[in-house]
Amino acid sequence: MLEFLNRVFGREAGGSKNVAKERLRLVLVHDRASVSPQLLQTLKTELIKVIEKYMDIDEDALEINLDSNETQVALVASIPVKGMKRVTRHLASGI
Amino acid sequence: MGEVIVVTSGKGGVGKTTTTANLGAGLATHGHRVVLVDADIGLRNLDVVLGLENRIVYDITDVTGGHCRLRQALIKDKRFEGLFLLPAAQTKDKTAVSPDQMKALCEELKQEFDYVIIDCPAGIEQGFRNAIAGADKAIVVTTPEVAAVRDADRIIGLLEAAELRDPRLIINRIRPRMVRHGDMMSIEDIIDILAIDLLGVVPEDEMVVISTNRGEPVVQDERSRSGQAYRNIVRRIKGEAVPMMNLDEGGFVSRFLRRMIGLS
Ligand SMILES: Nc1ncnc2c1ncn2[C@@H]1O[C@H](COP(=O)(O)OP(=O)(O)O)[C@@H](O)[C@H]1O
Ligand SMILES: [Mg+2]
Repeated sequence: MLEFLNRVFGREAGGSKNVAKERLRLVLVHDRASVSPQLLQTLKTELIKVIEKYMDIDEDALEINLDSNETQVALVASIPVKGMKRVTRHLASGI
Repeated sequence: MGEVIVVTSGKGGVGKTTTTANLGAGLATHGHRVVLVDADIGLRNLDVVLGLENRIVYDITDVTGGHCRLRQALIKDKRFEGLFLLPAAQTKDKTAVSPDQMKALCEELKQEFDYVIIDCPAGIEQGFRNAIAGADKAIVVTTPEVAAVRDADRIIGLLEAAELRDPRLIINRIRPRMVRHGDMMSIEDIIDILAIDLLGVVPEDEMVVISTNRGEPVVQDERSRSGQAYRNIVRRIKGEAVPMMNLDEGGFVSRFLRRMIGLS
């Protein structure tokens, strides 16, 4: 949309700085999302700790990744659940 | 005990060396004892910008290698009382100094000087790590361009990882007319993106080139916009609250009037 407007109105629509800003925004989305394998591993360990309070999970099959497309970055996790902890069942039923 | 400030940027050619020289000269003018350390080993530059290139005997690697005493390597700038330069080596590479040696060097310099300002090389490799090793504070220099701001963002992340918190930003070479016409990112745009504190803004100015040609820091040029910008930054480093300068240069008449009433 921005690009379209820029094309139609040329420089009047804010000039080249808007193009620069948008390009910068996109490139930084990616730059800032690149995390080290160590950090991902730490995150994984801590996630497991939290989730295990509530569910039995298959730690070895757990996968987390950063997925990025043109405009955004998502943290995608696949965590196979083997069953709920007793405490979780109680919480769910509101007791 | 003084403080060690590293001037860094990621990208080359954005004005680190110019900034280092001007802040040094400016702080010395305020009566502080200042030493400038050229950490760009292999690409010695700061000496030329300061006009001290003919007075170098020893360099930083002679000090860290134990070939001379620190005092012997320091070049006294005769024009600015209290200003000294520790030059980089020109014939060695960046591995000639280690982060530990740099830390020790900064510790020693801090005992004697109010400000130790380190001119960082471009890049994020060993030269960068050396330059920041002994620093207490960091100044990030950028220009209003996509590549420079991107690199500044990267550097800010690396500084944080090295526990150098709250770096402050200098935006260099801004052209108010282009900003007004929407053809250059504005100060607000850049601050928005980088989300760090602004230390100052230096306009694009021919006087920087002219004074660099002469080896005389522009900070002492009373009439130039860039000189004024650097003088403001110097006062902010000292802790004064100095409002950001109005960069709209206006026409000759408004410039003249502003100077008359002391606003420029
Ligand atoms: N505000 C400015 N206006 C005009 N020219 C500038 C300005 N700041 C820096 N320059 C010029 O840009 C070039 C690169 O500056 P320098 O300080 O050597 O950058 P760096 O140390 O980051 O590589 C030099 O030729 C310098 O004179
Ligand atoms: Mg330089």
